[in-house]
Amino acid sequence: MTDKYQKVAYYPGCALEGTGHGYNRSTKEVGKALGLDLVELENWNCCGAMEVKNVDPKLQTFLSARNLKIAEEMGFKTVMAPCNGCYHNLKKAEYDLAHDQSSRETVAKLSAKSGEQPYQAGNVETIHALDWIKDAVGIEELRKRVKNSLNGLKVANYYGCMYVRPRHIFPEKDKGPGSESTSKPHFMDDILAAAGAENVEYPLKTACCGGAHTLSDSDTSTRLVLNLLTTAEDCGADVIATECPTCHSGLEMHQMRAEKVFGKKTRVKILYFTQLLGMALGLSARRVGVHENFSDSRDLLKARGLG
Amino acid sequence: MPIHEKHLIRPENLLRKDKLEVEGVDVSGDWSTFIQTRVITDYNESLQDEIAALPGGENIHRCWQCGSCTNACTVNAINPDFNPRYWIYLIRIGLESELVRDKDIIWQCVSCNKCTYACPRDVVPEAVVHATAHWLELKGYVPQKPSVIFDDAFSGQVFAKGKIEEGRLMRKFFARTGQKLAQPWLVAMVKGMVARLPVTLMMRLGLAGLIHPRTRGWSGKRDAINEYVAEQNAKHRRALGLNAQPTESRT
Repeated sequence: MTDKYQKVAYYPGCALEGTGHGYNRSTKEVGKALGLDLVELENWNCCGAMEVKNVDPKLQTFLSARNLKIAEEMGFKTVMAPCNGCYHNLKKAEYDLAHDQSSRETVAKLSAKSGEQPYQAGNVETIHALDWIKDAVGIEELRKRVKNSLNGLKVANYYGCMYVRPRHIFPEKDKGPGSESTSKPHFMDDILAAAGAENVEYPLKTACCGGAHTLSDSDTSTRLVLNLLTTAEDCGADVIATECPTCHSGLEMHQMRAEKVFGKKTRVKILYFTQLLGMALGLSARRVGVHENFSDSRDLLKARGLG
Repeated sequence: MPIHEKHLIRPENLLRKDKLEVEGVDVSGDWSTFIQTRVITDYNESLQDEIAALPGGENIHRCWQCGSCTNACTVNAINPDFNPRYWIYLIRIGLESELVRDKDIIWQCVSCNKCTYACPRDVVPEAVVHATAHWLELKGYVPQKPSVIFDDAFSGQVFAKGKIEEGRLMRKFFARTGQKLAQPWLVAMVKGMVARLPVTLMMRLGLAGLIHPRTRGWSGKRDAINEYVAEQNAKHRRALGLNAQPTESRT
């Protein structure tokens, strides 16, 4: 547990203002309930997501670095991004600017042309919403704050790709006990266990949902998602907890698509970990934006006395 | 799952005679199967340099063919023909015609980065595969693939406004790929959602579609980015020996 994350810069990103609004809402509400301060980056821009790098990877570095610069100019040492895509891209920009001369040159050139100072690597630390909650509050303290335990709700924790890969852009991971693992991440498991969930052994924690081709290669995405869903059910999960808006909406969309196009129906529910945690902290389902998800989890939550 | 290899002995190279007698001995059936000699003359000796000149392809020369990438690959698990190790091999020896046989699946990489995670030589196979897809398109072997159309529609919005509005992006993508927006699964999902959403949120989402979210004071960045993209496009075309004509809407 650390005081340095009590007040951090908040980078929601584009998805959290659109399809991932439930994640945005629940992240802010959880922060409030835990007494943590989030200050949104002023006039932020898109991090480049998974698409800009395919036009040119250095443009992604430029876009992400600009957000880090904003955090720095607002006087923050830490920026928190709940979206895996944003988190990954800010980390990648940090790594590239620290290690690659040509990335530094391109960012300096583009910044100069657009009349801004370039970001210097090392000035701002990027963390994920999972780091934020785990480190700012601590698991022991979190357990004490739970008012409405998830009461053994069976949860499969799904982290996706961008939170752990590639390893080299996450120098703080894989550092032994207490640190996050890139092969078997556990921060979300730890947080939800503290909230009273029973985490199932889920072997596809870091498998891919095909989010990059959700629309452009839908059949591949549906097959990948269907595998995630049926495996979660086979592991005994009632809920898949997510920590990325792209994974989350991909799971929801392709659950529906698998039913309508492939004729394969699955019943596992999909909720953001912040929604589950928020309800355990005593917030209502509406406060944490469960109604903003595409898939409908109200029956399950009602039956379990949550929200 | 073992590393799946594509046989270079293809069905069309097998010769088999139903009735064959050699020096009085009947060798019909399996005994009469021959493999046609395969002579390769169309090596492109600069293929590796061409891929390396495109963004993401820089480290291809580091590959020592261990196959960790293919072994880890998400797409390989559902389509054994999707084989990044093999493509890197073909590129490094310059076998352009073999590589082009897979032109319609190379774009399907989902960028999960399992290959990059597994690679002991820092080749960044994920980026090499994207550079290869980009190369196929620049060389005119394939029309723009759906994922590239999506990348372009997405990046175009970011470059122009600084932010993305997902509804507009979806409409644009479906229009450019000639698909109906009213896919049955999408309709079912939206219907289910509309029944639950409060009116204020619906209005907010609707407004985001009308008034594009944007980053203030973006025009300077927009111009700098567009200039850079044009510069890079020209550079890539030169590296591939193509005329300096800008590519069709890479942005």
